Amino acid sequence: MSENTVRDAGFDDWLDAVEEGQAYYLECPNDHGSLPPRRVCPDCGSTDLEEVPLPESGEIETFTVTYVPTPAFEDDAPYATAIANFGPVRITGQVIGVDVDAVESGLEIELEVTVSETTDERVLGFSPV
Amino acid sequence: MSDVRVAGTGLTAFGNAPERTGRDLFAEASIAAFEDSGVPREDVDAVFYGNFMGELAEHQGHQGPLMAEAAGVDAPATRYEAACASSGVAVRDAVVRIRSGAADVVLVGGVERMTNLGTAGATEALAIAADELWEVRAGMTFPGAYALMAQAYFTEYGGEHEDLAHIAVKNHENALPNDNAQYQNAIEVSDVLEAPQVSSPLGLYDSCPISDGAAAVVLTSAAYAEAHGLEAPVAITGSGQGGDRFALHDRDYLARSPAAREAGEEAYADAGVDAGDVDVAEVHDCFTIAEVLAIEALGLEPVGKGITAARDGRTTAEGETPINLSGGLKAKGHPVGATGASQIAEITTLLAGTHPNSESVDDATIGVTHNAGGTVASAVVHVLEVVA
Ligand SMILES: [Zn+2]
Repeated sequence: MSENTVRDAGFDDWLDAVEEGQAYYLECPNDHGSLPPRRVCPDCGSTDLEEVPLPESGEIETFTVTYVPTPAFEDDAPYATAIANFGPVRITGQVIGVDVDAVESGLEIELEVTVSETTDERVLGFSPV
Repeated sequence: MSDVRVAGTGLTAFGNAPERTGRDLFAEASIAAFEDSGVPREDVDAVFYGNFMGELAEHQGHQGPLMAEAAGVDAPATRYEAACASSGVAVRDAVVRIRSGAADVVLVGGVERMTNLGTAGATEALAIAADELWEVRAGMTFPGAYALMAQAYFTEYGGEHEDLAHIAVKNHENALPNDNAQYQNAIEVSDVLEAPQVSSPLGLYDSCPISDGAAAVVLTSAAYAEAHGLEAPVAITGSGQGGDRFALHDRDYLARSPAAREAGEEAYADAGVDAGDVDVAEVHDCFTIAEVLAIEALGLEPVGKGITAARDGRTTAEGETPINLSGGLKAKGHPVGATGASQIAEITTLLAGTHPNSESVDDATIGVTHNAGGTVASAVVHVLEVVA
């Protein structure tokens, strides 16, 4: 990221936390999980949200290998994108550190911040445990 | 409550016309709609207009009054944006406005100019219908999102790519007599299975094309239609809209469309019909898997069974409930902001007997349109019936 880039409060802070091994999710008093940036629980409307440590690993629920990317991922294709279940929340990320053909539902992964080969911007990665 | 009549419809050809401006496309569609309706332009009370990516494609915001002017209408005009459901929600608000008695005549429609962006540019523009922070920055594209749903469907309910291929084959077949369709060529299951992959398991032939085009519809109150002796036998008798969590990963279901189910149930209740009454439907098949999710959400197929509907002939032109007789987004084309209004035009002409595929549904009296935005965080459904 260039020094002039304005940060997205909440989201970039969250990526920082992932890099420091301290990923979290937001929890309301009714135990609904959600992802930042947000001030209101989307399930019950509670505004009392607390940062709670995210489970260390998640499991891939569904995935795709993208061959026709947006320009921001031109040099990255083909790459695998997946939705992984961490229990309280699901998260979308790019599966890294494994051949795209080896990605499958049920694969256990952990979060890792990587960078786009095309833009050098930070990308949320899933690396197999 | 006043019936809302479809007094006239107009479509441009959908396809590849990178040099044509949005205003030119809408002018053509609206001229056709006014000619078809017999309604004078000065009777229009409001213009409701759908468009998604005009800022990116034409560097043009504030398109409502621009398009009213292009149509030759001097009336208040508002743009609606709900991604690929933009003109579907415009139709819904036009229905609400007329039913309330606040308007007698509304010009409603939409435009999208896309091919001038090129494939990469259009892919980027479509992607912004998803969550920028959590989805787009992870590399998710629009086909990629539907591919995630397709893979989730296979895991949960079974089915395979070959089942999806039959949907593409069916919709190309339906488009053969539709001169406005982007593709008028028959394809085979093997063509779909052997096409280059876009986002696995979806390939090039599972995907709708990038399209330019416009649609316009003149809606009137029943009282206006009767007072002016209009030939307007088709009414919009039901309207519904549903919503879901924005990012796909935040949904309760990865392989169902609850927003479309909500919209459908609301529209059916509004019209006083149920899924069993539906004779024909135009659904939002931006990708082959989307047609499966749509017909299940509309109650036309049980959950988990829609995957075989085309393969087993239940939704073909000869089937019990033909789906996408226009060719659908897949073969007719998908200029996103025009799609919802174009579906109203297709069902109206199918029911009125003036569509090239009307003979497939010659006893039909009830049709449904289903228009989805993004990965179906927005959905709008309309019921149309022959009433005169
Ligand atoms: Zn809550």
